[in-house]
Amino acid sequence: MVVNVPKPDNEILEMVKEYNSLFIVACGGCPVGCNSGGEAKVRELADFLGRSGKKVAGSTLIDFLCNKALVGTRLLANVGQLKKSQAVLVLSCGIGVQATGNMIDLPALPANDTLGSQGMQGLWPSTERCAGCGTCYLALTGGVCPITMCAKHLLNGMCGGQHDGKCEVEKTRDCGWYLIYTKLEELGKLDNLKKIPKLRDFRKVEVSDTERNTTRWALEKQDVYEARKPSAEAKEEKK
Amino acid sequence: MSKLQESLTQGQFTITGEVGPPKGVDLHHCWQEEVSYIRNRVVAINVTDNQSSVMRISSVSICALLAKEGLEPILQITCRDRNRLAIQGDILGAYALGIRNILALTGDHNSAGDHPGSMPVFDLDSVSLLATLSALKGGKDLAGLDLEGAPADIFGGAIVTPGAEPIGMQIIKMERKIEAGAKFFQTQAIYDPKTFERFMNKASAFGVPVLCGIVIIKSPAMAKYMNSSVPGVFVPEAMIKPLSDTPKEDRWKVSLELMTTFIQEIKPMCQGLHIMAMGWEKYVPPMLDMCGM
Repeated sequence: MVVNVPKPDNEILEMVKEYNSLFIVACGGCPVGCNSGGEAKVRELADFLGRSGKKVAGSTLIDFLCNKALVGTRLLANVGQLKKSQAVLVLSCGIGVQATGNMIDLPALPANDTLGSQGMQGLWPSTERCAGCGTCYLALTGGVCPITMCAKHLLNGMCGGQHDGKCEVEKTRDCGWYLIYTKLEELGKLDNLKKIPKLRDFRKVEVSDTERNTTRWALEKQDVYEARKPSAEAKEEKK
Repeated sequence: MSKLQESLTQGQFTITGEVGPPKGVDLHHCWQEEVSYIRNRVVAINVTDNQSSVMRISSVSICALLAKEGLEPILQITCRDRNRLAIQGDILGAYALGIRNILALTGDHNSAGDHPGSMPVFDLDSVSLLATLSALKGGKDLAGLDLEGAPADIFGGAIVTPGAEPIGMQIIKMERKIEAGAKFFQTQAIYDPKTFERFMNKASAFGVPVLCGIVIIKSPAMAKYMNSSVPGVFVPEAMIKPLSDTPKEDRWKVSLELMTTFIQEIKPMCQGLHIMAMGWEKYVPPMLDMCGM
């Protein structure tokens, strides 16, 4: 389970300010489990965007957005609607946002913030990573994550160690900030670099107890508990 | 006002030097072989902070000892080893010890140093460290709380790499550093006047003094190493060949001639030099003599 929570309405509006027509991609996995995604949330988000004067060209729910190959094949059915959209809002963790962005030509924007997973979780492993920093920056960084793609998790641009687009830590590793810079340059959005907050808020990395107690997690706990209870027949036999 | 700030404010062509603290408490070599050669030829001396992620005696301690002798230190602070509480505490402590100039750097990653398993902190980076200096100068810490006595005369600077690609990113980051409070820049080593000119054409618009980074090329091997392994640094073949053609014992003369030619060419473009001698401190005075500085 990757726990993610909806971004505040004002942040969503700021993020989509320059777009009139949007498409919504929702993950049918973890966000459903932690009540931050799924059909109901797609409708909620679409209604909110509509009320705010935006056109929603369409939406789709895909299990699971971390499966990038699946995202690509499923979105083929929505090409018509995507062509009428200027950007895509993604209801998922940071991995789903990156995976979606990597399969289409439109900016993929995070509708949710991902919280710390504090350990390994079930994921379809590809190149995208999400550290659950609690403040999703992908809307400003061209869909490339500065926290996971930069070895120093820098927010203010590349360090002096970048060499031919590679990282000082490992010669074969891409410099995350090189990717961000070239992507933003391509999008004509280098100004975004001035909008990124200078400091991280590490309080957001900590997860409160109520946020950990998601509906699916509670169900899993119950199933395990019930399976372990000895049946009435077994009790009889023991006697 | 620090001597460095005074020199730059008055528009004087300003020369700074650099020393690397030793790994241990024996300061004999540092003072006799590094500080002693440059102390009368530079306005201020940078003291590196665990340079190349190699653990050494602290930069603050060496700066304090320089200040005690009436010399002008520039405290280098990297963000690799300390979080925002420790860094702010060190800045205030340095100020109390008479240190006024601070150079803000992000710092090399731990993986290349002598403690590769240590925790990379990077709570701050060069830009947010400059913003921290500005906040402290104004009497507030990063949490917005009042200080009991503000370090009002801090003079904060930063670095920039004129030969970096993409240069656009360097310029944007330079601008971000200036917005955060950088009052001067020292550059990474550079050897090609054309590249420096291309950079200064963009950078001079900011109106913040730039000291051109000088690393004396000691040998063809060093030049080749820099070209293959130091990001944003390029030594042209025209500088490597004369060194290759000269016997080892006479190379220093050729090195100084090459650097002198370069310095004279870039002098009108910038506000000073930052000389990183890296073991060749004894050649700094003759080089500056040759430059007429």
